[in-house]
Amino acid sequence: MDEAENDDMKAVSQTTLPPQALAEKRIVVPERHGKPAARTAERKIRIEDLNFFYGRAQALKRISHDVAPNQVTAYIGPSGCGKSTLIRTLNRMNDVIPGTRVEGRVELDGQDIYAPGTDVVSLRRRVGMVFQKPNPFPRSIFDNVAYGLKINGMARSKSDLADRVEASLRAAALWDEVKDRLNESAYGVSGGQQQRVCIARALAVEPEVLLMDEPTSALDPIATQKIEELIVELKQKYTIVIVTHNMQQAARVSDYTAFFWIGEMIEFSATEKMFTKPDNKMTEDYITGRFG
Amino acid sequence: MRSLWFRKLMSLLITLVTSVSACVVIGLLLLVLGYIGATGISELSLGFLINDPKPVGEPGSGIANAIVGSFILIAVASVIGMPVGILGGLYLAEFASSRFGTALRFLIDTLTGVPSILIGVFVWTVMVKPMGHFSALSGGVSLAIIMMPIVARTTEEMLRLVPDSMREGALALGAPVWRMSLGVVLRAAAGGVATGAMLAIARIAGETAPLLFTALNRNYLSTNISEPIASLTYQIYYYAGAPYEEWHSMAWAATLVLVAMILGINIVVRVLTRNRHQQ
Repeated sequence: MDEAENDDMKAVSQTTLPPQALAEKRIVVPERHGKPAARTAERKIRIEDLNFFYGRAQALKRISHDVAPNQVTAYIGPSGCGKSTLIRTLNRMNDVIPGTRVEGRVELDGQDIYAPGTDVVSLRRRVGMVFQKPNPFPRSIFDNVAYGLKINGMARSKSDLADRVEASLRAAALWDEVKDRLNESAYGVSGGQQQRVCIARALAVEPEVLLMDEPTSALDPIATQKIEELIVELKQKYTIVIVTHNMQQAARVSDYTAFFWIGEMIEFSATEKMFTKPDNKMTEDYITGRFG
Repeated sequence: MRSLWFRKLMSLLITLVTSVSACVVIGLLLLVLGYIGATGISELSLGFLINDPKPVGEPGSGIANAIVGSFILIAVASVIGMPVGILGGLYLAEFASSRFGTALRFLIDTLTGVPSILIGVFVWTVMVKPMGHFSALSGGVSLAIIMMPIVARTTEEMLRLVPDSMREGALALGAPVWRMSLGVVLRAAAGGVATGAMLAIARIAGETAPLLFTALNRNYLSTNISEPIASLTYQIYYYAGAPYEEWHSMAWAATLVLVAMILGINIVVRVLTRNRHQQ
């Protein structure tokens, strides 16, 4: 990290007030949080002055940060802090909720994804998503993974389709466990395997970014460990953003961490720094378990 | 805190009341079915199923015309009513804005409540009169109008049971909304939608009143949908109202055939729409 970035962080920590003050919304949020823009070539996503509203309630307040390519960026914070809302703005999944409104910019490779005329369908193909609860379709394992390939017309032939399904299941570290039961229902396998079916399904359409919204919160520790190992492996090919309730998980899998508190981004820095010497007192209190 | 014996007594009482109510419902159904079976079976024979009606007193009379007629009427109604009903339900559940949806839902519920004889009169006015004669097609149309709102509303209810996470899963893969609705949501709800369709078929199969104004009757077997056609319900109505003992027992036998037919369609559709990948 260079000198300028450090300076910026100090500036943030000095202007940030304790939780009580934030809770009463008396403070003015600093212009920019945390790490300033990484060099253009090194950011996959740029979030700039993002505000988000559910009706009149503001769920995100002036969020700005960059997501580095081929890195894992983790969003942490207590329930209701806006981290899920934020990750869902990155593939415009919030569009389906009536009465929501977005202000500010989210750029993917320099293109504002909220610009008028943006093709949301192709955006979502580039930015895949894995959800909190495994949500396979009521189809076979094979058909689940093939779904995205079929609707996007990505397979040239039947054998190409089969190859791509296999490759996706391998990438999701699931192939060996399900190769003999591809035609069985996706609901017939364990929760951890279902979640990896969903990961394989997302990977099949060859996204550039993978969003994971608490992907292990419904899973047992062994399944969680498998998915965590997978995340670390997947970042070779994909840019990953993960929301997690589990601080240890953020520390284990991510390169960058952002800490949120009632709609505001309190701190954003390299994970190692965040978990050893955070700039902000609130961050420290949260990650050491003093609140939240 | 109530005493233990009081709570036990209440628990027993509630269990008793609910189970007795359930028994009454099922008991009545079995009673009706049993009576139809017992009285209808005596007249039932192969000849009854494959012969056309004969004048009273003549042996070997049958209801083949009515069986075929009912099938044709149900088929015509289903071909028109099912797609419209299912797609209408899909629209209500997936596309309609909340205000327009509420208005539409109210209209559909109103349509469900319209007495079927009025629908018969309506179709008579807009189809039978201009065409100049009764026809199976107009009968099918009137049954389709009765069917549509039932199918639309049950489809909507079933689609609402599909969790949003499934919709989001499809959208997140770059599925356009229409593909998500048809390929994932409707598919996930297929079993429930089929149940709704079955209810609608059972309902229209038992309709007589609208057919009096539309399909009317025909005393011999016909498959021409632009001509009047027989139906089991009309036949039952006709036989049951006649002063002949022989026709009365034929009405019972026809009722038995109608019940068996509905049951048969029900089973076939359920098997066809069974999803072995269900949750």
